[in-house]
Amino acid sequence: MNALHDFFLPKQGSTLAPGIDNLILFITGINIFFFVLVAGLVVIFITRYRRRSENDITPHITHHAKLEVFWSVFPLVILIIVFFWGFHGYMRSQIAPGNSMEIQVTAKKWVWQFEYPDGMRTLNELHVPLNKPVRLIMSSEDVIHSFFVPTFRVKQDVVPGRYTELWFQPTIHGVHQLMCAEYCGKGHSDMLAKISVDDEKTYEKWLVEGDESMKTMPLPELGKMVYENRGCATCHSIDGSRSQGPSWKGIWGESAKFQDGAAAPVDANYVRESVLEPQKHVVQGFEPVMPTYKGMLREREILGVIEFIKSLK
Amino acid sequence: MADVISRPAVAHHGHAPGENYLNTPKGIKSWLTTIDHKRIGVMYLWSVLFAFFLGGILALLLRLELLTPKQTIMSAETYNQVFTLHGAIMVFLFIIPSIPAALGNFMLPLMLGAKDVAFPRLNLCSLYIYWTGTLMAISAIVLGGIDTGWTFYTPYSTTTGGAVSLMTLAAFVLGFSSIFTGVNFIATVHKLRAPGMGWFQLPLFVWSMYATAIIQIMATPVLGITLLLLVMERVFHVGIFDPKLGGDPVLFQHFFWFYSHPAVYIMIVPGFACISEIIPVFSKKTIFGYRAIAFSSVAIAIVGFLVWGHHMFVSGQSALAGAIFSFLTFLVAIPSGVKVFNWLATMYRGSIDLKAPMLYATSFLVLFSIGGLTGIYLGAIAVDVHLHDTYFIVAHFHYVMMGGTVIAFLGALHYWWPKMFGRMYNEKLARIACALVFIGFNFTFFTQFILGSRGMPRRYYNYLDQFQPLHAFSTFGSWILGAGLFLTAAYLLATFRKPMDAPKNPWGGRTMEWEADSPPTEHNFDFDPVLTHGPYDFRPARTPQHEQPIAH
Repeated sequence: MNALHDFFLPKQGSTLAPGIDNLILFITGINIFFFVLVAGLVVIFITRYRRRSENDITPHITHHAKLEVFWSVFPLVILIIVFFWGFHGYMRSQIAPGNSMEIQVTAKKWVWQFEYPDGMRTLNELHVPLNKPVRLIMSSEDVIHSFFVPTFRVKQDVVPGRYTELWFQPTIHGVHQLMCAEYCGKGHSDMLAKISVDDEKTYEKWLVEGDESMKTMPLPELGKMVYENRGCATCHSIDGSRSQGPSWKGIWGESAKFQDGAAAPVDANYVRESVLEPQKHVVQGFEPVMPTYKGMLREREILGVIEFIKSLK
Repeated sequence: MADVISRPAVAHHGHAPGENYLNTPKGIKSWLTTIDHKRIGVMYLWSVLFAFFLGGILALLLRLELLTPKQTIMSAETYNQVFTLHGAIMVFLFIIPSIPAALGNFMLPLMLGAKDVAFPRLNLCSLYIYWTGTLMAISAIVLGGIDTGWTFYTPYSTTTGGAVSLMTLAAFVLGFSSIFTGVNFIATVHKLRAPGMGWFQLPLFVWSMYATAIIQIMATPVLGITLLLLVMERVFHVGIFDPKLGGDPVLFQHFFWFYSHPAVYIMIVPGFACISEIIPVFSKKTIFGYRAIAFSSVAIAIVGFLVWGHHMFVSGQSALAGAIFSFLTFLVAIPSGVKVFNWLATMYRGSIDLKAPMLYATSFLVLFSIGGLTGIYLGAIAVDVHLHDTYFIVAHFHYVMMGGTVIAFLGALHYWWPKMFGRMYNEKLARIACALVFIGFNFTFFTQFILGSRGMPRRYYNYLDQFQPLHAFSTFGSWILGAGLFLTAAYLLATFRKPMDAPKNPWGGRTMEWEADSPPTEHNFDFDPVLTHGPYDFRPARTPQHEQPIAH
């Protein structure tokens, strides 16, 4: 049964998931019953009542009132049960517990930004404590996005010009996948983020210090991690192919041409400026779409990015 | 169903042997200026089949791209344009006009014993509007492409580049062809029934067409206005949907689904229409629960207007609205279920002949049941939150739209092919093709239910490696499905290489179109048709010795 569950559904990662999975199981039971009934009758009828001769005479059965009332009312009763069950589960997912921790979420093409109660901000990486209700207040800066975490069984559109809310209480450790579920353009399928669920102590420590590995990891490796996890990879390739932003391959030391016609060599200062004030110099042929990383990367992470670009020959 | 006493037919429209609507009058001009519903139906048929071919090729390309994560054959921008076009072409150019405008145009007057539809010129006009809309849509593709998805959600659609305004205007224009067909059918059913044909002697195909026509003329104008508002926002920057201009993006979704949910029934009710014709004929048994089927079509048409919010459970609409829409959604499921049971009961104790049309009808029963039953997950709000905008939705609506409507369309195309073109197709190849379509379809789309429940979002160019095996399986399925459809095209086109060989009534149907020649003459009937028996009365001719007991 468990293997079957894991084949069809993601792990249960929040307090909401088991209830929803139970309803899914109930509906699956109903569906198997009706499907076997319909498909079974089709197969039985086409074998049993196969045409034997062109002169077959069939009974003239026009209707059967009792039977028809039964097969209208019986499914209706079942569906009303499903309705109330589904509505009940939905109301549970709509009302956040009063003691929830609040995190602000801003979605924009094609990154997720999180702001914690202490003012700390992260990009494409959300850290939350285990077994604590978390309430997200979400808004979009451009088009509609949708906050979808399959393991939590939650989804909510993130709409420009208004706030939408969502809550969850994670029940298992580890990394959960966040995806954008509302089509938002060419980077839609790369608008992903990780949700790290840690116990309370590790979470508090992370808020203050960042990851332990961040302090010891060699700079190019740290840069590569930032590249992969913080949204750079959504728009910048490292294999020379063109994407929403210029590729990082082989640009170190070369001269970058800007929209206003000016040019500058790609060096540590230029990379730093591009990370913190991306709109200041936009490379020719690209749109000024990159968000600023000011306040979101620690100093050592920026150094890591510089070293990482240097290493991409 | 009351039998009407037979009265000898009086011949009065003599015609030369070998003359039929296809060859008389001759010349391309006579086709382009024709007001004959059969010729208009046939021109619609070739047009929608062309659109089906185009949309199908795009679908195969999409599946090929999805064979691997990251780039397989096209860039992200191209992929987004291709899925938008696939959706827009299949919905607006193929499925909506497929059964009503192509087959309905041809068959509805014949089934009523009429010479034509009530407004033949309006009918031709609707075809030209359809062609104009199609040309506009194709120009939009060539002039810059569109990447909004067929749903045109704001504010993405009001801010993205490309020829979105032209494409929405194309959909606006296409709406009129749909409205004109609807108006025409309603007037025809009211005014042009043969003597003796009351409302409850109408073939169920006609009932369904009537219900469809009501939805078409009531819902399509809303889409038209919505798309115009969208164009006004894009071109004149009038703030209606874009929050930057003071608009409300969710309002667009309400407007859009107020049309597009009923449009789901514009697409599926004609599918019901075809199945209700095929099953009694190939079971040689009267339809079970005629009135229940007829009224359930009308019930679906009405309640279908009140469920649009179930597309928006996670959009931020109020919980109360969500609850009401969820409840009404379950309510509208009942008439569809009733129909399936009625069709099954029709087959019970029948004399079932599994020729190609019936093979398609039984495929329909299985596939439409899966499509309908998986809808229960989506109607339950708590579960929909998880499944919304994933591949589960993609699988669900393909089971209904393709497994339902397109399979019914293919069945009906085989059923009426001899009547329309006077030629029989190769039965063996038809059965093989139907089996390929059935297997390929399930491989392609059943896989997508699992992808979706596991959390694979739709409209994703790139995807996580964990989803690759299922995506690959789905892509292999699409090749089998494609092979089945190409085979179908091949043997149907091959029928034109041989002389007309179809008898008047190859399947033993009891509805009135089978009393016309195959293919019919220009004026349909050489006599004034009079109803002598119900549309599904398969009892032997009434003589006292052969009186059959009537079971209730």
